[in-house]
This record gives sequence, structure tokens and C-alpha cells, in this order.
Amino acid sequence: MSLDKPYTDVPGTTIFDADMSRQGYHLNQFCMSLMKADNRARFKANERAYLDEWPMSEEQKKAVLARDLNRCIALGGNIYFLAKIGATDGKSFQQMAGSMTGLSEEEYRNMMVGGGRPIEGNRYIGEKK
Amino acid sequence: MARISASVYTSHVPAVGAALDLGKTGEPYWQAVFKGYDFSKQWLKDQKPDVIFLVYNDHANAFSLDIIPTFAIGTAPEFAVADEGWGPRPVPKVIGHPRLAAHIAQSVIQDDFDLTIVNKMDVDHGLTVPLSLMCGQPQAWPCPVIPFAVNVVQYPVPSGRRCYMLGKAIRKAIESYDEPLNVQIWGTGGMSHQLQGPRAGLINKEWDQAFLDRLIAEPEKLAAMPHIDYVREAGSEGIELVMWLIARGAMNDVNGGKPPTVRHRFYHVPASNTAVGHLILENN
Ligand SMILES: [Fe+2]
Repeated sequence: MSLDKPYTDVPGTTIFDADMSRQGYHLNQFCMSLMKADNRARFKANERAYLDEWPMSEEQKKAVLARDLNRCIALGGNIYFLAKIGATDGKSFQQMAGSMTGLSEEEYRNMMVGGGRPIEGNRYIGEKK
Repeated sequence: MARISASVYTSHVPAVGAALDLGKTGEPYWQAVFKGYDFSKQWLKDQKPDVIFLVYNDHANAFSLDIIPTFAIGTAPEFAVADEGWGPRPVPKVIGHPRLAAHIAQSVIQDDFDLTIVNKMDVDHGLTVPLSLMCGQPQAWPCPVIPFAVNVVQYPVPSGRRCYMLGKAIRKAIESYDEPLNVQIWGTGGMSHQLQGPRAGLINKEWDQAFLDRLIAEPEKLAAMPHIDYVREAGSEGIELVMWLIARGAMNDVNGGKPPTVRHRFYHVPASNTAVGHLILENN
């Protein structure tokens, strides 16, 4: 019997379910390790060497090195865990969220001040805007 | 016996904590948020609760992917403030109420809700930002707090209905406690927001306002709303709103009593990526 996943038709959205969590386990646990100041320092000193201590896929490591958060999410990352990379880089949550939208930091901030991204046209993939 | 006197609902946006901690509260951007809580701060002082039962979620701070409890009750004498990666917030540690927490755990588990009991846990912005919004910047929080963490990070999260029924079981537990405590129950998180992917920044004001209306007037029907409606309409992180139904399920009117008084209601967009919603309901 297949599982009920009614959330695959929401545009620009990846739901972090048990299956994604399974794929992203080591990626997310790597992120979690950055909560310790010592680990942040070691990661900053040599990112590749630090990542190689984790049994992550090469794709996951590359996505982290490129700070490509959309790619990280596609590979099982969860935003609350990925936020630890942003914290290490000195980025705010708004800067991180904005980085996934294709907007500049200023454009994203202005969109939020203007009331946020509208729901119209953003409910279903392929929906007419 | 202990009783639940009121429920409080509020977003717990991390940037709100940062604004307070970095002294930005005077900026117009943040003034627009904090002014919604001026009434609430005075109200809380006047109410003098003995204990706050605070429903929130951890955001990959106390719980990694090693262990993912759906419902976790904090039974410790105290809880440290988590370092979420930016350093711990400079706020007081949280004093628990181990005796009442253990009593609630015993009662609620016997009522078929399989809680995880947590004797050691740091608490993150999900818990401390609501306290900051409601109490300002005191040297110590005004009363003990029982942290109640709900998994809303990894799907499937508990359903609205499950949360609502859990609220009823928590109420029953509190009402059978043998000290005459004035207990408040708080539900936190939301409102509409999405922090991930190309749809990040989604806000749905109409949906949020309708959620507030229905939470007040028809919570049982609201509890039947499926997860997908939250995700589609209020953003992937808008799902946090299921936690508000735990607090709502603990109120008098849905357990054979009178309707609550809506003491305060506030809504504002934006705080960082998020719509801020806030409600105070007093039992009659
Ligand atoms: Fe949250």
C-alpha cells in the first residue's frame, strides 16, 4: 500500500517527511554539529575536511560548500538544521530564506514589508498566476 | 484544585527575540510588532499565574534527528536557554514545575496520549520568545513554566484533532491536581510563514484571520482541518498552528463550560519572514 502524500503538488515546497529525513540524516546531523563553537571553528578552517568526517553523499557535500540551500533541501536537508550553517556564516534567517527565492536580499525584505508573497497563484504547481 | 484560568496564543518568531536582545525594539519596524503586546504584558502582571503550561516546538536545538518525540513534556526543575548557533539568548533560565509536570504526565499517558518524558532539555526560541513578548525583559520569569514540545518539524506531525483532544486530556490532568494553582496554557508558533524553497516568504492574511475567528468560535471544526490545508494555504512552517489547538482544547467551553472572553487580539505582517498572530482567551 502506498503512503498518503497529498503535499507533492505545492509549488516551491519540499515537505520534510520521514523519507526525506532518512535521506538527509547525516547532512542534518552535520548541521547540528555546528551548534558547538569548536566545531564551527574547525569547519570554517577547512570546510571540505570537516565535511569528509561525515558519511554524507558527495552531492550533499557539494551543496553545502556552494551554500545552495534549495539543493540541500532536495537532498534531505531541513531548513531548521540548515540554519546552523547560516549561523556559522553570520546570516540571519531572513537572509537564508531569501537566498532560496531568486530574489536579492533587498527585494526579499521589501516583499515581506509589502505583505509577503501572495497566496494567489501559489497554491498548486502549474496554477495560473 | 488547580484550574486553567486563560489561554494565550502567539507566534514565536526568532527575529523578535533577536530584536529584543540587540536593543532594536525602538525601531518602527519592530514597534509595530511589540505594540501588539503592550496590553498583554500588563494583563499577565494582573493575572499572576502560578504556572504556565507552554506548548511550543523545538527547532533542531534540543532534539536532533537522533530522537524525534511527537509530544515531549519537560519534567525538570529547570531548563537552560539553548544556543541555537548565534549564542544563547540573554534571558533568564526557565524554572519548571516538576511535581505538576509529573502529575500531568501520569494522567495524560493513562488517557492514551503517549508522552515522552524529558528530564534534561534546553529550550529554544519557540519557548523563550513568547515569554519575552508577554513579560518583557525581567531578571527572572514571573512563574514556573512547564515546557511541552510538539514535533512540527518532521512530517507527519500530529493532526489538529489529536492536538485538540490532547488539550482536553491536559485540562483533566490539571484539574485533578491537589493544589489550588492558577494555571495558564499557551499555544505558540505560526501564523502563516514559509522558510524554505522558492515559495519562501508566503503570507496569507485572510487565511490567518479566518483561523483566529474559527479558533475562537468553532475550535472543534477547525481541529478537523487536514495538514495539507495548513501547508498549502499558510506555508510549510504554518503547520506550527496545530499547536494552538492543544491550548484551545483545554478551555472551559469545549469541556462543558461557558464561552471564553476574548481579552485581546492582534495581527501584524511582517516580523522577518512571518505573520504575527496573538490572542488571549479568558475562561469564565
Ligand atoms: Fe517555530
